[in-house]
Amino acid sequence: MKRIRTLTVVAAATLALAACGSSDPLGDDDSTTASTGGAADGGTVVVGSQQYYSNEIIAEVYAQALEAAGYEVDRQYQIGQREVYLPELESGAIDILPEYSGNLLQYYDSGTTATTPDEVVAALGEALPEGLRVLEPATAADQDSFNVTAEFAEEWGLESIGDLAEVDVPLIVGANSEFETRPYGPAGLSEVYGVEVTVLPIEDSGGPLTVKALQDGTVNVADIYSADPTIQENGFVTLEDPEALVLPQQVVPLVSDRVDEEIAAVLNGVSAELTTADLVAMNARSVTEQLASDVIASDWLAEKGLV
Amino acid sequence: MNQLAAAWQWILDPAHWAGPDGIPVRMWEHLWYTFAAVGIAAAIAIPIGLAIGHTGRGRALAVGSTSAARAIPTLGLITLLALMWGVGLTAPMVAFVVLAIPSILAGAYAGVDSVEPHVTDAATAMGMTGTQVLGRVEVPLALPMIWGGIRAGTLQVVATATLAAYVGSGGLGRYLFRGLKTQDYPQMLASALLVVGLAIALEAVLAFAQRVMVPRGVRERSRR
Repeated sequence: MKRIRTLTVVAAATLALAACGSSDPLGDDDSTTASTGGAADGGTVVVGSQQYYSNEIIAEVYAQALEAAGYEVDRQYQIGQREVYLPELESGAIDILPEYSGNLLQYYDSGTTATTPDEVVAALGEALPEGLRVLEPATAADQDSFNVTAEFAEEWGLESIGDLAEVDVPLIVGANSEFETRPYGPAGLSEVYGVEVTVLPIEDSGGPLTVKALQDGTVNVADIYSADPTIQENGFVTLEDPEALVLPQQVVPLVSDRVDEEIAAVLNGVSAELTTADLVAMNARSVTEQLASDVIASDWLAEKGLV
Repeated sequence: MNQLAAAWQWILDPAHWAGPDGIPVRMWEHLWYTFAAVGIAAAIAIPIGLAIGHTGRGRALAVGSTSAARAIPTLGLITLLALMWGVGLTAPMVAFVVLAIPSILAGAYAGVDSVEPHVTDAATAMGMTGTQVLGRVEVPLALPMIWGGIRAGTLQVVATATLAAYVGSGGLGRYLFRGLKTQDYPQMLASALLVVGLAIALEAVLAFAQRVMVPRGVRERSRR
């Protein structure tokens, strides 16, 4: 049911964006005034988010930090995938959206050779189209990670991905089907760590079905996003990645050229405080306490003294 | 390039016709998921439907519950069941059976129900027992509708069986999800085209089977 509701919201958001894509986004078109209560004057900043609850929380943190600094904010959350929202940023319909450094880089430069967090951010500066830039990245990262159960880790003495090479049972990785084609997929695991795996595609992006499959032993390794609170809740062990096989995914504000240095300073202030532990904690409040993103965001901002 | 042309290219590429992830393997998986689900659904729904149609009892319950079952979102059901039973084939298979039952049940009871009372009365007057009336009169006369229910159920399941791939099983849905997640839209569209092709082929086979197996007298009558 949640999926259906999200789809509806996305459909509505997409329609709203499609409606304002053709006209001046900061003008007075109806679709934005409906959500901002008529605050669409020249000073409004439009903050968007992906169709991912954790991304919406970060977007809400940005939005409230900007409001505390005196800006009017128009929220356009839960906008599908990059194919949908990046053109909106390029056209200026959205000004700010929380992004993940590695995936954003791969979107614009699929052949990138950058591997470390700093290389990725540097390469982003080159790869982004005219009119878009990223601000300072947070230390917080939300990236694919290889997880095993605590029992499995203990049985085989697993700490890093390379230790999997010593495991005598067939390794089955539960992951979205795109994992098979990614550089950190079976080919990368074999090449970099000498680990041979087969993939069981489970299409919920490391969600409850993947977690269940790992608990059941249907798979013995699961690809779960590193900021997902289920890793801690279930006592899973995240295998270290010393060779930086998985592309780093630092949280970074992607902004249009309408964002001036004053706005950038506010967002950089947020990024300076945001750690992966913070992100996991905020995600956990969303998942387990079912709190809305605005409550989670304002609590975090207050805790860090940013508002 | 045009997406549709690219999808055709994808289907025609010989590399996609070989190996454990090739089109023949995935299509075979898709087909047997469909047949298994419709077979199980028919084994459950046809006896119940015949009983309801023959006795006239429980019709309100059947109409109500089948209408309600039609509203169950299959992806939601698969996810729910997979969270209980784990990933694999069990959860999607049960969901496909649930998907197919309403059409088949409706076809069976409506078919028997639509046999005119004076026909069954005549059969009873000739000394037939209740079972004989059902087996020799009602079922043959109801066959077009029973088979129609199976056809409708098959069509629904073959079009929905792509969801098996959501929880780690195979079928043509593999291409659909992989195409979606890697922005490989030709692959995604190719998956949809293959499912459409399979659905049309199945429908043609089932329509032909209906012509062959339905008694001529009934056929003539239903064409009138």
